[in-house]
Amino acid sequence: MNDFSTWDIVRNLLLAARWTVGLSLIAFTGGGIVGLAILLMRTSRYAALRHLTRGYIELFQGTPLLMQMFLAFFGLSLMGVEVSPLFAASLALTLFTSAFLAEIWRGCVESIARGQWEASASLAMSYLQQMRYVVLPQAFRIAIPPTVGFSVQVVKGTAIASIIGFVELSKAGTMITNATFAPFTVYGMVALMYFALCWPLSLYSRSLEKKFNVAHRH
Amino acid sequence: MSLIAIDSVHKRFGALEVLKGVSLEIEAGEVIAIIGKSGSGKSTLLRCINGLEQINEGRIVVDGVALAKDDKGLRDLRLLVGMIFQQFNLFPHLSAGRNVMLSPMVVKKQAGADAERVAREKLTRVGLAAKFDAYPDQLSGGQQQRVAIARALAMEPKALLCDEITSALDPELVNEVLAVMRGLAADGMTLVMVTHEMRFAREVCDRVVFMHQGKIWESGPPDEVFAKPKTPELQQFLGMVS
Repeated sequence: MNDFSTWDIVRNLLLAARWTVGLSLIAFTGGGIVGLAILLMRTSRYAALRHLTRGYIELFQGTPLLMQMFLAFFGLSLMGVEVSPLFAASLALTLFTSAFLAEIWRGCVESIARGQWEASASLAMSYLQQMRYVVLPQAFRIAIPPTVGFSVQVVKGTAIASIIGFVELSKAGTMITNATFAPFTVYGMVALMYFALCWPLSLYSRSLEKKFNVAHRH
Repeated sequence: MSLIAIDSVHKRFGALEVLKGVSLEIEAGEVIAIIGKSGSGKSTLLRCINGLEQINEGRIVVDGVALAKDDKGLRDLRLLVGMIFQQFNLFPHLSAGRNVMLSPMVVKKQAGADAERVAREKLTRVGLAAKFDAYPDQLSGGQQQRVAIARALAMEPKALLCDEITSALDPELVNEVLAVMRGLAADGMTLVMVTHEMRFAREVCDRVVFMHQGKIWESGPPDEVFAKPKTPELQQFLGMVS
C-alpha cells in the first residue's frame, strides 16, 4: 500500500474541488438563463404557458435531484444518446436550478405592486417592456438575497454528480478514501472544503438582505 | 365627432354588475368630472376607457377607433389616452426625469436627448424642473403626483383619465395638483376626472356626470347639477359631500 501524506490528500481534493466550482457555475448560469425564460412563461397571461411551466417546476421540485441525475445520464443512454457524466450532470443541475430559481423569482415579481403594472400599461408599454423596464429591475433587488442563498444549495447539489461517476469533490473523497482507508480524515476535509465554498455565500446572502432592507430603492 | 364615445357599456365582475349600460360622449377639449358614491362604478368606467378593464357589452370608440381587445390595439389606444392614478404609481427605481422619459424612449423610440428635452419641458410645466434627478421617495405626495402628470403628458395623449388623483394627498398638497389640472384644462386638454373635489368640479369642469348604481344618473353643466339637482339621489349625495 502506498503512503499518502496529508498534502497529497488535500492537493487531490483541491484539484477535484475545481470541478465542484465549475459544475456549480455551469448549473447556476444555465439555470439562471433557463429560469428566466421559465419565469416569463410562468407569469405570462397565457394560461397554457402558465400551466406548462407550473408542471415543469413541480416536476423538478417534486423529484429528487438524484433521480434527475440518473435519468439525464442513464435515461439518455437508453435512448441511444451517449452523454458524458459532465454533460449529464450539467443538464440535470441546470434544469433543477432553473425550476427553483423561476419559483423564487416568481415570488419577487408578484410582490411588485399592481399599480406598477397598470401605470406602465397605461403608458402603452407591451408586456415585455413592462417586465424589462419596470417590474424586473424592482424584482431583481428583492431577488438577490434569496438567489445567492439558493446558490449554496446548488454547490452542495453538485455532490450528487458523483453518483454518475463525475469526479468532483465528493467523488474524489470516496476514491481517496478507498486508497487511504482514512475516511474520517478525508471526508472531514471534504466537508471543510464544501463549508469553505458555501459559508461565504451564506454570509454574502445575509449581508445583502440587510443592505436591501435598509435601502431598498435606487 | 366626439373624441370618446361610450355606448351602452356593461361591465361585470363575476355576478356583480358594476356598469349597467353607460353611455357618454366626450368632445375634444372638454373637461368632465365624474362624481358619485364609492361603488357607483365611476373608477371602473374610467378604467374601461383605456382598457385596464375589459367591457362585457357595449362599445367604446376613441378618436374614431373602436376599443380593441388585442394587445396591439390596446397599446395604440393608450397612446391616445393617458391615465393618472390615485396612488401615483411612479416607478420607484427611476428618478423623476427617467420616469417621464421611459415610455417615450421604449414605446415611441424617441432618442435619449429628445426624450430628456421633452421630460424637462413637462416637468417644468408641472413646476418640478428642479426635481429631474430626485427619486420618488424623495418627493412629497403632491410632487409625485405632478411627476405622474408630466409622465402621462410626455406621451402627448389626446385625453387624460384622472382617477381620484388628489384622494391620497394630504389636504395641503391637493391644491398644487389641482393648479396643474387647471392649467391643462385652460390649454384645451381633454380631461375625464373621477373626483371628490366638488369645488374644482364646479369651477373648472364643463360638465359634471353623477353616477349611481352603475348608471349615469344625472349630468349637465356644473351650475345646473350642483344648484338644481333633479334626482333625490344626487340631492342626497351633494348633501353628504358639501
